[in-house]
Amino acid sequence: MRFRNGGYSGAEMLVLAMLRFAVGWHLLYEGIVKITDPGWTSANFLRESKWILSGFSEWILSDDGILHAVDLLNSWGLTAIGAGLVLGLFTRVVSLSGAFLLLLYYLNSPPLTGLVYSVTADGNNLIVNRTLIEAICLVLLAVFPSGRFLGMDSLFSRKKATVMEVS
Amino acid sequence: MDYKEKEENRKTGAIKKNNVVTRRRVLKSLAGVPVLAAFSAAVIGDWGARKEKAGALVKELGLDQIPASARATGSGNAKDLIRVGIIGFGSRAIALANGLGYMHPDDTRKKKGKSLENWMEQANLNVAVTAICEVFDLRAKLGMETVQHDLRPGGGKQPDLPVKRVADYREMLDDKKIDAVVIATPDHWHARMTIDAIQAGKHVYCEKCISRTEEELYQVYDTVRGSDRIYQQGHQITKNRVFQQAGEIINRGLLGSISLVETTSNRNSASGAWIRHLDGNGNPLPGSPGTIDWKQWLGPTPYVPFSIDRYYNWTKWFNYGTGLLGQLFSHEFDAVNQLLRIGIPGKAFASGGIYFWKDNREIPDLLQVAYQYPDQGLSLTYSGNLASSYQRSRKIMGRDATMELGASLTLSVDAGSARYKDLIERGVIDPNVPMINLDPSSEGVDAVSSATEQYYASRGLTHTFIDGIRVDVTHLHLAEWLDCIRNGGVPAANIERSFEEGVAIQMAQKSYLEGREVTWDADRKKIV
Repeated sequence: MRFRNGGYSGAEMLVLAMLRFAVGWHLLYEGIVKITDPGWTSANFLRESKWILSGFSEWILSDDGILHAVDLLNSWGLTAIGAGLVLGLFTRVVSLSGAFLLLLYYLNSPPLTGLVYSVTADGNNLIVNRTLIEAICLVLLAVFPSGRFLGMDSLFSRKKATVMEVS
Repeated sequence: MDYKEKEENRKTGAIKKNNVVTRRRVLKSLAGVPVLAAFSAAVIGDWGARKEKAGALVKELGLDQIPASARATGSGNAKDLIRVGIIGFGSRAIALANGLGYMHPDDTRKKKGKSLENWMEQANLNVAVTAICEVFDLRAKLGMETVQHDLRPGGGKQPDLPVKRVADYREMLDDKKIDAVVIATPDHWHARMTIDAIQAGKHVYCEKCISRTEEELYQVYDTVRGSDRIYQQGHQITKNRVFQQAGEIINRGLLGSISLVETTSNRNSASGAWIRHLDGNGNPLPGSPGTIDWKQWLGPTPYVPFSIDRYYNWTKWFNYGTGLLGQLFSHEFDAVNQLLRIGIPGKAFASGGIYFWKDNREIPDLLQVAYQYPDQGLSLTYSGNLASSYQRSRKIMGRDATMELGASLTLSVDAGSARYKDLIERGVIDPNVPMINLDPSSEGVDAVSSATEQYYASRGLTHTFIDGIRVDVTHLHLAEWLDCIRNGGVPAANIERSFEEGVAIQMAQKSYLEGREVTWDADRKKIV
């Protein structure tokens, strides 16, 4: 069993895949909701931006064209990342892209002392919130790329899989 | 199959039939597929349920079927071209020019992306502005540059007629080729200009307020009533889709009997309090006796030496307008009157004072007015505040439900309602949660910039959304006026509505100045 899954035990594999499916499901849904809602825009989120990325957000908001591009990148990016995670396709790339995107969200509105947001957060957070945890989960999924063993990456990554299996 | 065989399979990439390990690999590679299938099923189920829930009530009430707020259409027929003169070219005239299809080159450069796109999609109203009357050289130049700019929305052939600047509006009225005038001057000129224009045979679009004094009000009313010219007042709210939905809700009696309507104005900025003569660095804006025809600007009002303060901030003095009443309450009254057709109040009592903006102003910065409609069993209140922008919504309160109406609409069922008693008891309607929430603005990105502009947007006075496209309601309002000129008909903000509003304003003004309750004597047509 351990041999077959490239060094992971069955339980380890299963937990990794579950985490991947769950995070993938969440991001995929976030993406699809944004694509299918004609009125959705990242503008409301960006207007709320505080801390180190607020200048960056203002720049995006300053121009309709940039905002539109950011909206497209967001909605389709989330969808692609979510689908990739669920299918185990390009797992490492989508995990890292997802982690990066979530980290951007986190840095735009981190729950730091003194920062107040008009939209109430879900639960109580200080420095660490669920966005940050989800980002870390994605880093974890990139470090332990389960897609090669339970996912479509296995169709493309024979060589690496072989090396790992042999070792 | 042994290890070597498996290795061989990997190296060659061959997927052999009957190869157990390879088949397992394929199956494992597709592990995400059932998850994706479950996801799709969940999403589709969720959409179905949500659509049903959100759409049910709105659909049942037919609120999705309200046809109005159509995109305006111009007339491409050359013989239908309407020649327009604009009197007064301040900030409001810029918006009116935009609505007619003209924009200053600097503004088209500043407007980027979607907002310019939206404007370019505006209908070609088939008008030609051929004259501008403006007492201030700088603004006249701005106006001329605006109407001479050849970038025009709506496509089609755009008329290209010469434009002249006239020194006196009567010159414009003498021009037989001009069909209609748009009046956007300070209020002390509105009545005089409207009367003169109507008598000269021009159609009139005049900004609020209809008049400054009671006497003028009756004169304008009689003049317009006695003519076949089309008069439209600058109250554009009826062109907002959410307002039309509000009308439908009221017509269907969903609110039950209405006994109280609350209206407010909430502003908290120097500009909102009509202090507008300074630029961002605190330096006075341009304007001098050399560049402004001060005598003409003063017009029928008593002579005072030139004052840049008066020129830009005229609203602060009673000689030039009616303050909060004419500038802000007029929109509130119009919104309520267009919906409920309450007409002229029986009684009015106003009180207030200058509490915060203690400059040289005469007008109150806080004003409360209570209007009584004894015959209708209804009271209309107005509370205007220039020293707090806390948003108080416009509320129409009925026994069965209360409607809050601004840029969006909320309908909340009353816990004590007899009409909805069953539905409340069955748990279909929760009186603590709005029954209907219509927010057309969620269809697009909002792009209102200044605090004052945001204030107007929050009252539903700037734009609406038609098929997801942001459309200027002033454009639609002008289009209605032009349509009535071409094809006959009565525009929404016609002289009757305008007169009713004018009387309500004069009643509050009189009450405030005299410190007593005033009454409308319907027989003598006089405020006593």
